[in-house]
Amino acid sequence: MKELKVQPIRNGTVIDHIESGMALNVLKILGITSDNIRSTISVAMHVRSKKGEWKDIVKIEDRELFAREVDRIALISPRATINIIRDYNVAEKRKVKIPPVIRGIVRCANPNCITNSNEPVETEFSVIREFPLTLKCHFCDRTQSRVEEYII
Amino acid sequence: MGKPAFSDFVSIRDFTKEQINEIMRNAAKMVPYARGEKKTNVMSGKILGTLFYEPSTRTKLSFEAAMLRLGGATMGFSSTAGTSIEKGENFSDTIRVTESYADILVIRHPLEGAARLAADLSEKPVINAGDGAGQHPTQTVLDLYTMLEAKGKLEGLNIVLLGDLKFGRTVHSLAEALAMFGANLTLVAPSSLEMPRDVINQIESMGVKPNYAHSLEEAISDADILYVTRIQKERFADPTEYAKVSGSYRIDTKLLKQAKSDISVMHPLPRVNEIDPEVDRTPHSLYFRQAANGIPVRMAVLCMLLGVEP
Repeated sequence: MKELKVQPIRNGTVIDHIESGMALNVLKILGITSDNIRSTISVAMHVRSKKGEWKDIVKIEDRELFAREVDRIALISPRATINIIRDYNVAEKRKVKIPPVIRGIVRCANPNCITNSNEPVETEFSVIREFPLTLKCHFCDRTQSRVEEYII
Repeated sequence: MGKPAFSDFVSIRDFTKEQINEIMRNAAKMVPYARGEKKTNVMSGKILGTLFYEPSTRTKLSFEAAMLRLGGATMGFSSTAGTSIEKGENFSDTIRVTESYADILVIRHPLEGAARLAADLSEKPVINAGDGAGQHPTQTVLDLYTMLEAKGKLEGLNIVLLGDLKFGRTVHSLAEALAMFGANLTLVAPSSLEMPRDVINQIESMGVKPNYAHSLEEAISDADILYVTRIQKERFADPTEYAKVSGSYRIDTKLLKQAKSDISVMHPLPRVNEIDPEVDRTPHSLYFRQAANGIPVRMAVLCMLLGVEP
């Protein structure tokens, strides 16, 4: 029997098929830090999928993520899947979806944009292309890709 | 008072070709009022707030003149010296406060997106009079209006955009608007000041493929309009780099002899050395007419934002 690198969890959320190397950005985009979570988080990086591709996995025990939270993951890992685990069984499974408007998660790449000054304003982008993910700033109209570099 | 035609005037990208045509038709109706030949008090009791975080002569004065010609009043500042901004007040607070003093706000700001933020915050209409290297939509409409007035159409015109096509905010939105109206574009710029890729992509998405000319002589041979911009000293960190490109072109009567006899020369002004003053006295010069057209165009925009007509 194949040895599992990460133990199954009893209850919680498993984020699977994360782009290889993006697991820590996934935690960052979910806003999860050691200060605001009480359960165990396991991160597996650079593991082989059944198809033989490299991927990352994040397991969050005793917490079921909401759709609104998980869709943020689509910005950096559009092929990720979300599995809600209850009593060791997959109770729900779904793919992440890129939201049409992205507020407050990403910083504008334009250093001269008003949102990069000291104004009390939340960033806002519309998605103009999904692959590769390209965003347009609501304020300065600048388009940007390489979103993972600009996560707030 | 009628219904406003639109709520703010932030970016030319917010408007359709038909809406821009309507602004230009209304601008034409404003001409006798703009010249003072006819009088109106349609804006009586209304206040235009002019918030200029960066210096400007013509834009600020022409907005003020437009409001005064409509019978309204103006108030505002033309630099942040002596205002609460100098004390550290943020832009958002300044907007929230000044919107309660005025009926309409016109804003120039060094940061891109400032006018959009103001429009989101303010219940009163906001006009963008230039946000950093971003948009300056009333300039775009007055440029289109001037071309239409001089040539009778925009579709199919051969237009050469010359100079600083990288930092010059007027040329980005102008190029996009001209593409929307079906004009043919030729771009001539020093290699360090070429049109940004995302502007070119936007133009190409509208089905216009701009031409690139290596020499000015070649570019103007079949041009209907030569649109010249200043190379902006303030955008260069390195003065030697500025010196290298600043003298790279100059429009004079000798050069214009190689163009079509009815070529018109435009410039958003201020000019420095780009156009020889001898061109001013020829029929080619359209730039002072262009500056004058700022008044009726801005009058039309003010009236449409407040839902009034003279």
